[in-house]
Amino acid sequence: MIPLVAWQPEATWAWLQGSPLLGVLLTLAAYRVGRAVHHRCGRHPATQPVLVAIALVSAVLLATETSYGEYSRGGDLLAFLLGPATVALAVPLHRQAHHLRRLLLPLLVAIPLGVVVSVSTGFWLVKLLGGDEQLAITMAPKAATTPVSLVLSGDAGGIAALTAVLTIGVGIVSAVLGPWLMTLARVRHPHARGVAMGAVSHGIGTSRSLADDPEEGAFAGLAMGLTAFGTAVLLPVLLALFGA
Amino acid sequence: MTSRARPPRPASVVFLDGLLWLLGFWFVGELVVRTFGIPVPGAVIGMLGLFVALQVRRPGPRSATLAAADGLLAHLQLLFIPAGVGIVAFLAVVRDDAIPIVGALVASWAVGLVVVGWTVTLLLPRRER
Repeated sequence: MIPLVAWQPEATWAWLQGSPLLGVLLTLAAYRVGRAVHHRCGRHPATQPVLVAIALVSAVLLATETSYGEYSRGGDLLAFLLGPATVALAVPLHRQAHHLRRLLLPLLVAIPLGVVVSVSTGFWLVKLLGGDEQLAITMAPKAATTPVSLVLSGDAGGIAALTAVLTIGVGIVSAVLGPWLMTLARVRHPHARGVAMGAVSHGIGTSRSLADDPEEGAFAGLAMGLTAFGTAVLLPVLLALFGA
Repeated sequence: MTSRARPPRPASVVFLDGLLWLLGFWFVGELVVRTFGIPVPGAVIGMLGLFVALQVRRPGPRSATLAAADGLLAHLQLLFIPAGVGIVAFLAVVRDDAIPIVGALVASWAVGLVVVGWTVTLLLPRRER
């Protein structure tokens, strides 16, 4: 007779490792902790929930010797939502659309300039500081939003997954220090601040801008979209110019 | 959209409708991008499409699309966690090349931020700066 219940921890663990459940649960829990920490610390910019959560999830993966491939079965499910979230950035922009006509010229100049500056300083600084050509290409598209930067990097001969990590890294640095640096550089107007945040630090910078000021956030979202477009067009041209 | 006689939709339906619009615009964006070989993510074209639709239709404050978008954007940082955790696969690379990686990343970010911030400021009408 087949028993109704059986003690089978190994089979359970094997199922959990193959299922996206553990990755999603871990990520959501870490994000929840990240938000709580951020709140507890009086919303101090250094405690961005995304930073706390990445540290927590990474620590759990390293401690349990779980590979990134196993984790990303769940991670990919959450990253899928970046699609509708990017579309959703039309909403804050719609609310600020009455400012758009006046910002047309500044955007047409500042976005391509920002792309050229981000790509060329990223590429040449890596080389200057002793990195090889592949690392320089991997760094070059880091200002564009993750789904764009990693594809561009792979196409150009960089390491796509590392570009994704660098892109997130720039976003976190910017979310923590961006508003401080702009105040230091006397960039005060919310439209200028928002465009700058979106142009160099995509969605993560945009999330900080949205939290600081809805006007700033709307233009960060727009600049993020335009920078993704500009990087896709200009990166191959610039890399060819650099002889890479 | 303006509804005079219709009773307000329940929250569950609002959520569903909003998500449908967001996914629908993404879907159309992907079709456009892939069909015409445009080098931009489909979601960015979807964002432009939704922006135009919102400008034309001017939905009221209780619109499903606005509610779903606000809900998703409130947790935007959550969606970047998986890509960031990718660092566990590159710990050795980051350790070996720490100076070019961290140095170039931070310096390039700072220069880009300030250049864009200054450029937009200079091109704004003088009295607003």
